[in-house]
Order: sequence, then structure tokens, then C-alpha cells
Amino acid sequence: MAAEGKTIDALSQFELTHAFGPIGAAVNFTQSNAHMLVASVVIVLVMIMGMAPRAVVPGRFQALAETFYEFVENLVIGQVGHEGKRYFPFVFALFMFVLFGNVLGLFPYAFTYTSHIAVTFGLAFLVFLVTTIVALALHGKKFFGYFFPEGAPLWLAPIIVPVEVVSYLSRPISLSVRLFANMVAGHVLLKVFATFVVLLGGLGIVGPLLAVLPLSVNVLLVGFELLVAFLQAYVFAILTSIYLHDAVHLH
Amino acid sequence: MNERDDFNERLKQARQRQGLEKGADKAGGEGSNALPGGALQIGMRAGVEVVSALIAGAGLGWLLDRWLGSFPWLFMVFFVVGGVAGVMNVYRLFNPRTGARK
Repeated sequence: MAAEGKTIDALSQFELTHAFGPIGAAVNFTQSNAHMLVASVVIVLVMIMGMAPRAVVPGRFQALAETFYEFVENLVIGQVGHEGKRYFPFVFALFMFVLFGNVLGLFPYAFTYTSHIAVTFGLAFLVFLVTTIVALALHGKKFFGYFFPEGAPLWLAPIIVPVEVVSYLSRPISLSVRLFANMVAGHVLLKVFATFVVLLGGLGIVGPLLAVLPLSVNVLLVGFELLVAFLQAYVFAILTSIYLHDAVHLH
Repeated sequence: MNERDDFNERLKQARQRQGLEKGADKAGGEGSNALPGGALQIGMRAGVEVVSALIAGAGLGWLLDRWLGSFPWLFMVFFVVGGVAGVMNVYRLFNPRTGARK
């Protein structure tokens, strides 16, 4: 049997290796960093090429750039309100970086940098820091009133305050774990079914016929992963806006 | 300039016919700004909220314990607090704080 000695190795795709040969190895430049670089360059190129024509009737690239811009602008203004416009560049940069990381990772041989908790937690912690600093800068000491809702009886403070503080601290964790778990789960599923195709394909005459089943599952999964890639970038951006809303308005 | 105004006018009419204009959307309700629905998505969100609040609570308790040298006690207290915060996060998911958004 050809299948002996072969196992389903779904996690090795997340291992980091050095990119750019000996130079990359010397400075610990991994393929993850390389893909971040590629994503940033692609984002900048799309925006520059999209903005260059400034046509009344947009061409392809301009329509793409305008769609991204208006999508995030509507999202930020819808959640934070008009004073949220100054946080638009922040949310837009985050959204594009996460979206392109997710989508680039779906290409063959590509690496998904959003499948590492270090990356997603780094982004989520940045969001946490920015929202906390915005709240402190806008409201000063009143920000700490956020942890004790008005109207609650004072003797409940020893219970409510720790719970609110922990709930506040859990935000970057839930934000990062959601994105990371979705990306890892999707890529593991793709890999598992792809391995089924190879293993079943080696099963003599009926093998290739059976292998069609996991292959068709994988076709569906790629489409589903594309949806998840967009959805998770959207969720990341909208939760950032919700946190900014809380920071700006402080109910 | 005139040409551009004419174009905007026709674009607006076309969008209104397709129900894409902002005014129509607002009348539709709050739905456009809500998080994406679907049972699986909501379940996933709720699960992540509970687990992350537990991690935050247990982690905070553990750190405080390491600082104060009172090992299991604060860890245990904050583990419970984390659980409560997780339940509260899920509650907030469906009933956002007072002072409605907008």
C-alpha cells in the first residue's frame, strides 16, 4: 500500500522558514515577513493606481479603490459617528492589511501571516492601546467611570469593577483569537482534504474515482475560505470601530 | 461642470431604482451596521468571548499572584471573575450598553 508511512501533516504549513536565502537567515527575515511586505506593496499599488486616473466614471482599478474606501468609510462613520472620521486611516490600514493577508494566503504556495497568533495579537493589542489612549485623551479621569456603570448600587462595586476590567482586558484576546482561529481552521481543513485526494488517488483503479469526492469538497472549501477571509477582515474592522465608539462616547 | 451634475443626477436615480441609495437603507433599519448574522457566526463569537474573558481573568489573577506571592487564591478568584465577565460579554453581544449606538 502506498499510503503506509504517509500521514496527514496539516500543521507544517504554519512553520516559519527564512526567506531571501542567507541574507534573510542572518536577520531572521521569515516568509511571513515577506508576505507582509508583499501585502503592503500590493495595497499601496492598488490605491496609487486606483487614485491616479481621477476619472468621473471610474475604471477597474479606480472602482476597486473607491469600493474599499467607501466600504470602510461607511463602516467607521456608521459606528463611531462623524467625529470618527479622524480614525478612518487607522481602521482602513488595519482592514486592508488583514484582508490582503487573508486573501493572499489562499494562493498556492503562499503563507497566511494572519494564521499566527503573534501577528493577530500584535494587531489587536495595537487596537487596544489606541482605543485606551483615545479614551484617556478625550475623557481623562472620567474614562475610569466606564468600569462602573452609573446607577448601580455602590456596594456592588467590588464585584462589578473587576468584572468590567476583565471584560475590557479580554477584548484584544477575543479580537486576535477570532481571526487566528478562523484562518488556522480553514487552512487545516484545506490541507486535510488535499491530503485525502493524494492518499485516495494512490489506491489502485478505484482510487482516482474516490479522490474526486475530497477534491470537490476542496473546491467548495476554497470558495468558503474566500468568504471567511473577507468576513474576518470585516469583523476585525467593525469591532475596532465599535471599540473606538466606546472610547469616543463613553456611555 | 454641467455634464458632471447631469451624471450625478442620473446615477442617483439609477441607485434609487435599485434600492442602493442611502435614504432607502436608513429606512430599512439598523441592520446594515450590525455584525454579520447566521447561527454559526453568532455561536462562534459567543464562544470566543467566553474563552477570551476566562483567559484574561485567569491571566490577570496569575500575574497578581506572582506579584503578591499568594499563589492559588487570587488566581481562583479571578478565574471566577473571568467566567462572570465572559457571560457578561455574551449578554452584551445581544444587548449592547445603554445609550444606543449612533
